Order: sequence, then structure tokens, then C-alpha cells
Amino acid sequence: MIKKPLLEIRSLTTHFLTEDGVVRAVEDVSFDIFPGEIVSLVGESGCGKSVTGLSILKLIPSPPGQIVNGEVFFEGRNLLALEEREMERVRGNEISMIFQEPMTSLNPVFTIGNQIMEAIELHQKIDKKEARQRAIEMLDRVRIPSPEVRIDSYPHQLSGGMRQRAMIAMALSCQPRLLIADEPTTALDVTIQAQVLRLLKEIQREMGMAVILITHDLGVVAEIADRVAVMYAGRIVESGPIESIFGQMRHPYTRGLLESIPQLEEKKKRLNAIPGQVPNPTDLPAGCKFHPRCSLRIDECQKGEPPLFQVQGNHYSRCLRWKECC
Amino acid sequence: MVQNNYLLHVEHLKKYFYREKLFSSDKEPIRAVNDITFSIRRGETLGLVGESGCGKTTAGKSILRLIEPTSGRIFFNGINILDLNREGLRKLRPRMQFIFQDPYESLNPRMKVGEIVGEGLEVHRLARGKEKDDRVAEILGKVGLHPRDAMRYPHEFSGGQRQRIGIARAISLHPELIVADEPVSALDVSIQAQILNLLMDLRDQLGLTYLFISHDLRIVKHISDRIAVMYLGKMAEMANGEDLFRRPLHPYTQILLQAIPKLDPSGRGQKAPIREELSPDSGDRGCLFQPRCPHAKERCRTEGPLLLDHGEDHFVACHFVS
Ligand SMILES: Nc1ncnc2c1ncn2[C@@H]1O[C@H](COP(=O)(O)OP(=O)(O)OP(=O)(O)O)[C@@H](O)[C@H]1O
Ligand SMILES: [Mg+2]
Repeated sequence: MIKKPLLEIRSLTTHFLTEDGVVRAVEDVSFDIFPGEIVSLVGESGCGKSVTGLSILKLIPSPPGQIVNGEVFFEGRNLLALEEREMERVRGNEISMIFQEPMTSLNPVFTIGNQIMEAIELHQKIDKKEARQRAIEMLDRVRIPSPEVRIDSYPHQLSGGMRQRAMIAMALSCQPRLLIADEPTTALDVTIQAQVLRLLKEIQREMGMAVILITHDLGVVAEIADRVAVMYAGRIVESGPIESIFGQMRHPYTRGLLESIPQLEEKKKRLNAIPGQVPNPTDLPAGCKFHPRCSLRIDECQKGEPPLFQVQGNHYSRCLRWKECC
Repeated sequence: MVQNNYLLHVEHLKKYFYREKLFSSDKEPIRAVNDITFSIRRGETLGLVGESGCGKTTAGKSILRLIEPTSGRIFFNGINILDLNREGLRKLRPRMQFIFQDPYESLNPRMKVGEIVGEGLEVHRLARGKEKDDRVAEILGKVGLHPRDAMRYPHEFSGGQRQRIGIARAISLHPELIVADEPVSALDVSIQAQILNLLMDLRDQLGLTYLFISHDLRIVKHISDRIAVMYLGKMAEMANGEDLFRRPLHPYTQILLQAIPKLDPSGRGQKAPIREELSPDSGDRGCLFQPRCPHAKERCRTEGPLLLDHGEDHFVACHFVS
């Protein structure tokens, strides 16, 4: 039997009108999320990961931003066509998001318990006492020790790792079907990051929830994702199951990203760094957006934007020379 | 230790910060750097790793006297720089330079790149006028920038390029020692690799000695000859880099290394559980890592371990080295 996707993103295109011109933050992005899987969006700063996540929930500030094209089907409903009133019911209830800056999403003047309870009460008709009980359960679920005490802590009384768990608890309090987690561990120390990632994976399994995990760290991807989509300059340039991608990369940018990371097993030598820098988003090169930095570049690369080529199964690459690559 | 083999020799360095609390009699200082001793040989790179708040930056800045240490001795080429007066320190400055973590904040936005890079040459009366401009052009070339970039302002550059400007400034005076504090942390992965390559090339070309501070174990492993692991102001372990990764002896180092995300999804799987982070308390007594340590015993609660040599220059501060 063919499983039906939970979320289908089709040709999502989001632009920002700025003084410097049109920022094409997300351009023709399509991908599916199936129930219970972790899909990672990975790429460097400014490639459009957060804007993709925010677009799904229609949280793009407008102006200057605008979703200019595309459809986002969640269990068959096109979210982009919903009224704001209906969208509010989806947010935090069926789809939840953990935002990139933790301190901006936790309010410093309220206890974490109050904030989790508020999230619960907003979406479910239960009384204060029940909500408090649920909040304690959620804190326990994210392995915060003595949750019945911690529930009355203010955000600043918690360590970075605890705060991140509290955020996860809040995002999960309504048992969403889909969680969008934007760099949930980037600000954390490596030992705490490992704990939070493991926790996220365990909870995701327990609840059978799907996760879009946004990160710039291929190590995090290798650690917990089932599938990955690599973004560059607003586009998906390669996507597929992680065994397939890590087994055989088929886009020179993905390979460049991996080779930029020092290998622990290797004696020190120069890294195979990608030359040059990410293009200015208001002034993207013609053709393949990566071609100015690419060692496999040929004349055709500047002519038109390459389509996504099917490598095998659901492994795709947006490179004309994917067969020779890597 | 014979000091002469070393470019830098740091002994019992301490830097305490005193909280200024209005309504409290709390006189307990924050022991940011709490008695560390180590050396760096000429031409060697020592990596200093540890988690946020463990005192890495404070140690780095104290060593160059960018902040005044509380106590200790810091020998640079055999001279204790804590004995130097202002003039003596000024003379030594060109030989010890600092590269900052944040390329955005460490460059004066109102100065042109040429002025930023040439400032030291002028202050230390090493070059002026045309000669200075030529030197600046040469230095910019060394860090992969164009001589024309001298006329531009920092805001016109990307993060990676600004870090190149910071590096150009640091090497402009022919330093022997460079303390680099998280020099690539603010950069994208692909740009990190470029800057790491640059730092390694310059080390070979100019015979530089680095104290390389970072929280990223992959990066530290890549660039360092030896690695020192800090935990809450103290050295937990110090060894040759290969040796440390092959044979981590301190429980904290073991946990740190285990937490590095693997780049190979097929290697996923069973990792020993990591203990909850606990707030560091217990003041002066006992091992500071003991509240998080999976192997803590009674002795660890009452007696702080010393950093001892366990053979082949592998130093560990743990009572129960396995
Ligand atoms: N409110 C906004 N106004 C104008 N431009 C914006 C706005 N938000 C995002 N952008 C632009 O959209 C592009 C994509 O940004 P996005 O935040 O999605 O990047 P990202 O991949 O999440 O990067 P990071 O890894 O730094 O979080 C960037 O060029 C960014 O400058
Ligand atoms: Mg982002």
C-alpha cells in the first residue's frame, strides 16, 4: 500500500520586497512529509530554510514578504488557501513550530508552566487544573527532572538545555501531527545538543509525529533524519533518504558541504573548501545558482536552471552532471 | 619544565571576577580561570576546547593581558609578561596578537580596511606612507583579499571576508603567537573551511604559533597538534590530539567526544546516556565535574584532582583514570 503524505509542498515560492530589490528567498520548492518521519532541511545561512518553515504556517511578515506561488496541502487541505481564522486553529494544534531564537519564543515574565498551560488552553477545552496536570506531564515527557517544581520556574532560571526542552514541551503540548523545529539545538553545547536530539527522536517515535528539522549541520542530519533536502539560494538542490545521500552524494554542493567539515579519522590537511561565497539573494546568477562556485561547471550550467533529475527512487539532484559528480 | 623550549609557558593562571551585588554580602568570586598551567612550543598549535562559559576566552585574553589576570605567571620567550610595565608590554605587543570570534564587532566600521590593517604598522612605527601601503597590499594578498580592498569599509564585506581582514590585522606585525578565539564559529560551514585552510597556510608560511580556542571538537582536532580540555575554569585533560581522540582518559572528555555528531548515518545507534546537566555548586571542594560524572566516588566529592602526567605527555585531572 502506498502511504499518503501528511504534508505536500508544491512549488512554494516566497519573495521579500526590500530596498535592495526582490529577495527570492524560496523558489519553486516542492517536497512531501510522510506521517512519522523526520525530514531535514539543511543548508547555509540565508538559503531559505526558515522562510520555508514559516511559509508552511503562513507566518511570513507581509510586507515585505509574500508567498507568490505554490500550494501546501496538509492532510489534503491547501493551507495557503485558508482564512487566517482557520489557520490559527492549525497552528500549535495540528502543526507546531519551535523557532530559531529560543529566548524570543519564551516570555521572560511568565513561568514556563503558565506558557505551556496557555498553549494548551488555547486549543483544548479543559480547565486550569487539568491544563496544569497536562503541562506537568509534558515537562516530564521532555525529561525535565521534578516537573511539578520546575513548572513554576521562569525561563531565566533554567539552563540552556532545559529551556530548549521547555520549548519542545510547549510545542508538543497539543500533540501536533507535524513539528517544524528550526535549529532546535544550534545554541546548545555539544553534550546538551546530543541529549536534546535524542529526546526529540524518542518523543517523535512515541507520538508518531512527523518532524521538519531545520539545521545547517550535516552531523545533526546524519544523527536523526530519515530524509534530507539540501537547499542552496532558495532552491532544493538535492534530496533523498539519508542512507542514499550520505552513501552517494549526487550534487557538488552537498559534497562540498560535507568536505568542508573536518573528518575525525583523518590526519590534518587542507580541507576541500568550496571557493567563493553564497550569491547575493537580490542578484542571483543565471542558470544553476551554484555554478560560479562549482568545479564541475560547464557552459550549459549558465544557460538554464537545471531540473531535478531522478538519481534513484526518491533521490533527486539538480545538477546536469549528477552522474559524474562525487 | 624547562621554559626555554617553549614560546609560551603559563603557570597557575587565575582570573576571578567579583560580582557587584548591591544587597548581598556574597563575596564569592566567579572563578572563570581557576589555576591553569600549560605551555606551547614554538610553531605548535594548542587547541583549547570546552563548553560555553568554561573560561576559554578569559584564559586567552588573560594570556595576552588584554584583561589583567588575578594571579599566575605568563612567560613569553622566557619573560614573565605580568612583570612588564606599560612600555615593556607595548614593545612586546606586536609579537602576540589576538583574533576575535566576531568579525562584525571587532572591526571599526568607520575605518577603511587599509587603515585597519595598517594601523599597527603606524602605531609601532614600522612603516609609513608608501611603504606602509605596499605592506598592507602584500598582507591583504596573503589572506586572499585584493589590494584594492584597502579602500573599502568593513560593511562592504561578507562574514568570511571580514574574518580575513581580522587575520590580516593580526599578522601585520609579524607576530610569533596568535591567540585565535573561535575564529570560525560565526561563519558558514563552507566559509569555515576556507578560513581554516588560510590559518593553516599562514602557520606554515610564517612559522606561527597558535592558541586556538573553539567549542568545536572536529575543528580543534583538525588544526591542533595538542589539545587541552577545559571544564569550569580548570584543565581536565591535555594531550597530543591524536592521542586524546584515541584514548580520552577524563570522563568529561569521553562524554564530549561521544557527543560529536557522526557524519555517517549507518553508525547511528547506541550511545551511553549522558547525565543531566547539573548546576555547578560545591565551591572549592572536590572535583568540579563530579556532579555530572558517571564514575563519581566519595573521594571526588571531597578532594579536587590534580592535573597529572599519565605518560607520553598525556595529562589528566581525575582520581580514577582508567
Ligand atoms: N523579513 C524579511 N525581510 C527581508 N528579507 C528576508 C526576511 N526574512 C528573510 N529574508 C531573506 O530571505 C532569505 C532566506 O532567509 P532564511 O531566514 O530563510 O534563511 P535560513 O536558511 O533560515 O538561514 P539561517 O541559517 O541563517 O537561519 C535571506 O536572504 C534573508 O535575508
Ligand atoms: Mg533560519
